[in-house]
Amino acid sequence: MGYKTHPAIALAFLASFVSCILHFASPVSAQHETASDIADGGRVYRQSCANCHGPDGNEIPGIDLGRGVFKTAKTDEDLMRIIQKGVPGTPMPPTNMSDEQAKRVVAYLRSTAATATTASAVGDAARGKVLFEGKGGCLKCHRANGIGSRVGPDLTGIGRLRRSVELERSLVDPRAEVLPTARFYRVVTPDGAVVTGRLLNIDTFTVQMIDTKEQLRSFTRATLKEAGFIPSPMPSYKGTFTTQELADIVSYLASLKGRTN
Amino acid sequence: MTRRTGLSALAAAIAAVVSLDAQVTFERILNADREPHNWLSYSGTLFNHRYSRLAQINTANAKDLELKWIWQARSLEKFEATPLVVDGVLYTVQAPNDVVALDAATGRPFWTTTYTPAPEARTCCGRVNRGLAILGETLYMGTIDAHLLAIDSRSGEVLWKTEVASAKERYSITMSPVVVKDKVIIGTAGGDMPTRGQVVAYDAKTGKEVWRFFTIPGPGEPGNETWSGDSWKTGGAAVWNAGAYDPETNLVFFGTGNPQPDWDGRSRLGDNLYSDSVVALDADTGQLKWYYQFTPHDELDYDATQVPLLADITFRGRPRKVMLWANRNGLMYILDRVTGEFLHGKAYVKVNWADGFDAKGRPQRVPGMVPTREGTVIRPHVHGATNWQPPSFSPRTGLFYVAHFENSSTVAVEGEFPRPNGINPRQTTMGQINLQPFFNNEDEAYGVVRAYDPDTLDPKWEFKMADITWAGVLSTAGDVVFSGGKEGYFFALDARTGALLWKAALGGQINAGPMSYAVNGRQYVAIAAGNSLFAFGLRDGVK
Repeated sequence: MGYKTHPAIALAFLASFVSCILHFASPVSAQHETASDIADGGRVYRQSCANCHGPDGNEIPGIDLGRGVFKTAKTDEDLMRIIQKGVPGTPMPPTNMSDEQAKRVVAYLRSTAATATTASAVGDAARGKVLFEGKGGCLKCHRANGIGSRVGPDLTGIGRLRRSVELERSLVDPRAEVLPTARFYRVVTPDGAVVTGRLLNIDTFTVQMIDTKEQLRSFTRATLKEAGFIPSPMPSYKGTFTTQELADIVSYLASLKGRTN
Repeated sequence: MTRRTGLSALAAAIAAVVSLDAQVTFERILNADREPHNWLSYSGTLFNHRYSRLAQINTANAKDLELKWIWQARSLEKFEATPLVVDGVLYTVQAPNDVVALDAATGRPFWTTTYTPAPEARTCCGRVNRGLAILGETLYMGTIDAHLLAIDSRSGEVLWKTEVASAKERYSITMSPVVVKDKVIIGTAGGDMPTRGQVVAYDAKTGKEVWRFFTIPGPGEPGNETWSGDSWKTGGAAVWNAGAYDPETNLVFFGTGNPQPDWDGRSRLGDNLYSDSVVALDADTGQLKWYYQFTPHDELDYDATQVPLLADITFRGRPRKVMLWANRNGLMYILDRVTGEFLHGKAYVKVNWADGFDAKGRPQRVPGMVPTREGTVIRPHVHGATNWQPPSFSPRTGLFYVAHFENSSTVAVEGEFPRPNGINPRQTTMGQINLQPFFNNEDEAYGVVRAYDPDTLDPKWEFKMADITWAGVLSTAGDVVFSGGKEGYFFALDARTGALLWKAALGGQINAGPMSYAVNGRQYVAIAAGNSLFAFGLRDGVK
């Protein structure tokens, strides 16, 4: 199913309400959410909201959820009501989220607004593509739209999943946050062979990975001489790319909104 | 096909693991019997023998089989898929259309690719899928919303997706595709609805359509005159089960389904070509080379969508290249697969709608055995003597193995669905076990696995079950036949005598065909039952 935007929602909002900008810097209600609540809210946001609003929350004109720019909501309660009941007459549908889930999504939106100021300069996606495939050497590990290696995470749809600020942070500080699907693992087999690769699955007795030769490998853990997580082999591009180049490549990555199967 | 002992074949297979390229070339698919540790197409080879050259499991040690792993599908649909195995990785389908890659030795997952069919996808008989095809590093799957997907076998990434036919117009796909050279060939299901069956070939790399064959000829084409009025436009003749390929003639073979409406032929007078037929198509162009119609003007829902099985046998004292076919209509056939000539046919269960063949191999109808307002008791049941479950052929024993059943049903006209007359025909979607067959005596309705002599079509042995069966059959170089049934038993039989060697109660209906493969020197036999895939192997230390 492809990504869809709903410009009609913006028009409906404009027709019905006076625009109201609510900044995170002046929250109406006190925040007591933990980091785990925020992370959980982020997961729910990506699953339920990002398809229309985008990972940065700015894909519907007049609304920038990631920067605390809303049309009508003034309080957390307003946001929760919209999340749960939708906005009648617009493409914003009601959801079946509980109060607790909606609260966590609100907490996530508040937290994204706090980090939004560090987002990169305006980039050029076309130039970023050239950097991605050339100077950056990204295809040696990553894959996008069917081209490149499968060892690193496939970035074909990364623009739907990650905020621009997160993409930029992954480029300059790749070990700061590693998604569960992007962890690397190393084993030493009974005959002494060393195999490293991206972890696909691990349980009490076995481990599955895609190795650096892009082969699917499975091992019985009890037979391994050594086994364990290793740091991400992704290098930092701080100093490799200029600020503008970083903005370009982030812009390109944010444009990758391909299929999710 | 050459014969080798099981152990040497296994040794060769293990060596092959090291030497073979990861690419599954068409050459490898064509010669799949040279790498018996793998299972590269729906029935193992393009001749559809569903025969494994592995012999680690044999008649002496089959009693020592034990469960090695179970993989539970997150799906309540019937599990009809036969897995593929390529160099230690097992690929299967979680119905309706999720694809999973598992470690074939442990059943642990590498990846899962989920696919959500369009809401308009509506199938007649369950949201099922029977399996994948592979070429190079790409898996291919037909979907119940009538699309064909190409999927990266290492990452699960969807590479391309193309609409084969419109789900809104009631088309769907449930069969495993057939790979021939650089093409992926697939057919459309939906023949119980007003559709027109198709076989379509796509460029395997790009997904671009190469040719399309309609199983019902259009105006001006030979055969269109066998449909009265405009009935050809919506006459069904779907293609919903695996095909076969013969490289010598470059022909690809598919069975076609019933004409539509199923049980009332008054609006579609004529033979209704090419419904209930096998069609032989040029694999490069889709041009029809020959056909044979098993049930002309069918009003009893006798789809000819069985898996075509190609074999080189001695027939009446001379070598013949044949096609063996146990049909849903209760008749078994030997056809010349080069010309389509009818060589021999006979009833293999109780049949009351036909009583023999004319000189050209056309079945002779029994007068009155047609649907009536009051209902007509017919044999076999509308679900058939057999249905879509894949048969097997062992070049070692020379026997043709078929899982089928005895049963009857009542067929009435004017839209009434066939009524049971014998076993309780309740269809479940969850693969639950039906523990209480509804019949009055044990000979009224039952399932069997039977071995047939492909020269005479005489049965050599049978293994009888209390309930009917929708399970396929696997034979192996260890002279073991594996099959199962609706009762949930999976069992091993002596391929030469039918003697029961081993059984396991799997707790759910078996609605799939067994297959075999090897990893790290161990032979496995895999079967789907209920909502899970089970893999069996010999207990450690057993020789």
